[in-house]
Amino acid sequence: MHEFTVAQLAEGLHEGRFTSEELTRALLERVQALDSRINSFITVDEDGALAAARAADARRAAGSAHTLTGIPIAHKDIFCTDGLRTSCGSRMLDNFVPPYDATVVNKLHAAGAVTLGKTNMDEFAMGSSNETSYYGPARNPWNIEHVPGGSSGGSAAAVAARLVPAATGTDTGGSIRQPAALCGITGLKPTYGRVSRLGMIAFASSLDQGGPMARTAEDCALLLGAMAGHDPLDSTSAKVPVPDYSAALAAGLEGLRIGLPVEYFGEGLDGATGTAVRAALAELEQLGATLVDVSLPHTHLAIATYYIIAPAEASTNLSRYDGVRYGYRCDNPEDLMDLYTRTREEGFGDEVKRRILVGTYALSAGYYDAYYRKAQQVRRLVQQDFTDAFERVDVIAGPTTPGPAFALGAKSDDPVAMYLEDIYTLAVNLAGLPGLSVPAGRVDGLPVGLQLVGRHFDEARLLNVGHRFQQATDWHTQAPALAGGGG
Amino acid sequence: MTIEQDEIEKIAALARIRIDAGQIGEVTRRIDAILAMVEQLQAADTSGVEPMANPLDATQALRPDEVTEGNQRDAFQAIAPAVEDGLYLVPRVID
Repeated sequence: MHEFTVAQLAEGLHEGRFTSEELTRALLERVQALDSRINSFITVDEDGALAAARAADARRAAGSAHTLTGIPIAHKDIFCTDGLRTSCGSRMLDNFVPPYDATVVNKLHAAGAVTLGKTNMDEFAMGSSNETSYYGPARNPWNIEHVPGGSSGGSAAAVAARLVPAATGTDTGGSIRQPAALCGITGLKPTYGRVSRLGMIAFASSLDQGGPMARTAEDCALLLGAMAGHDPLDSTSAKVPVPDYSAALAAGLEGLRIGLPVEYFGEGLDGATGTAVRAALAELEQLGATLVDVSLPHTHLAIATYYIIAPAEASTNLSRYDGVRYGYRCDNPEDLMDLYTRTREEGFGDEVKRRILVGTYALSAGYYDAYYRKAQQVRRLVQQDFTDAFERVDVIAGPTTPGPAFALGAKSDDPVAMYLEDIYTLAVNLAGLPGLSVPAGRVDGLPVGLQLVGRHFDEARLLNVGHRFQQATDWHTQAPALAGGGG
Repeated sequence: MTIEQDEIEKIAALARIRIDAGQIGEVTRRIDAILAMVEQLQAADTSGVEPMANPLDATQALRPDEVTEGNQRDAFQAIAPAVEDGLYLVPRVID
């Protein structure tokens, strides 16, 4: 059963070929057998999953099932789950059991999805390799000596290894799309405001967005339909109706104009990765799309802009971890200041502390205009580049990452080199646009991702292009040897 | 160097993060590399450009000023490191 997609499993459950309890047991056994090799889960909730599966079977028998009823999924350990430990990959929250569910968790639960457990991630979603996790790195199922990407690396690895058919992720600068690309799965970062952030532990509030990770665009459409929508409890949630994403999948690509940013195919792009991406674009051309060169002239400033704005917002958001109300607290504090400073020294890892310090610096008296205000101005220029390009094209396409998954440890000593990993993804967050990564080839046995970027709230179009591409190619059906595939 | 060690110490105090004396040099070096990278922003011409705080230029949503949440103090304090009689405990602040 682990080979099936969400859509195929939903059909099997609907036809009564197996029950959710049987399916859930089978996947729990698979997690037990395989996860020690890839470390994709932080917490497995066996009892909760089986109880939810039985409830889903009862709901189906009563005739009130949703498409996702009984489908086992995993949540990135950044989404609060009522009564189930939510660590955010950090020692700071190693003992944190939330008293409520995130809206995303609530909505998927209401649809009847079964939560198998919580997946590994870079600490507080700060990283591109999963190596900053307090629980040790998740590993890439295609080659366990390589990173799965990050920060949603556990979700990507679990889906690629066929431990779950789908998982949730979050994306602040590429954290859904980059691990999806590196693990050979499909991942969607929706438009900012499309999916509620309530109960999604905050990193950078003007950039963070939750989204689905699965094997196909078709599955991402099913999941997004259940996750999206206005939430009165999230003041940044958009009041925009949710379309039927599944109904839009089949449309033909004739007449579609796809823009290729010249800046995304230049220096810094691995040669073989570029060749694979160009072959994927030729495939889209075969399907009827027209390829057009476009320019995003402020691309070279996106990383600098992001590494002011994201740390500034993080330094503010993470000030809440004080050792008083919940989470980690240091032993035997001498006084209140010692309680704060030692709790935060011991509870946070190096990369998180680095970003808090950079953010504090950028917001401090005398530097605000030179750094934070300047970055917010360049952010608008970056967004304007996309607005200008979308006057000429419907979708923008290019590589998701500069190259395939790198070896564990290869970049962990050089933060700036690690930041370059997100060069093609983080401008999309700065502009608040939706982005989809689909498997599009392999280099040295490791997957390559094609990124598709759309206008605000045009997720349906991205999923449509991704689906048509996946009907014409088989990169998304290939499984790593670890998962029983030929890879 | 864009930033000196004493500035890092000042920022760490503002951020309420203790840095071990043996590590302050290394922390300074790494943050300096990040600040050197972001320095390229200064070359961008942003005259007349309005800063962007929200990618949809959304403004703060308002709701009626009505009570919507009940008291959940016990649930919240059940996960606190130290509480007593409904109060959060911290080291003595006033002698």
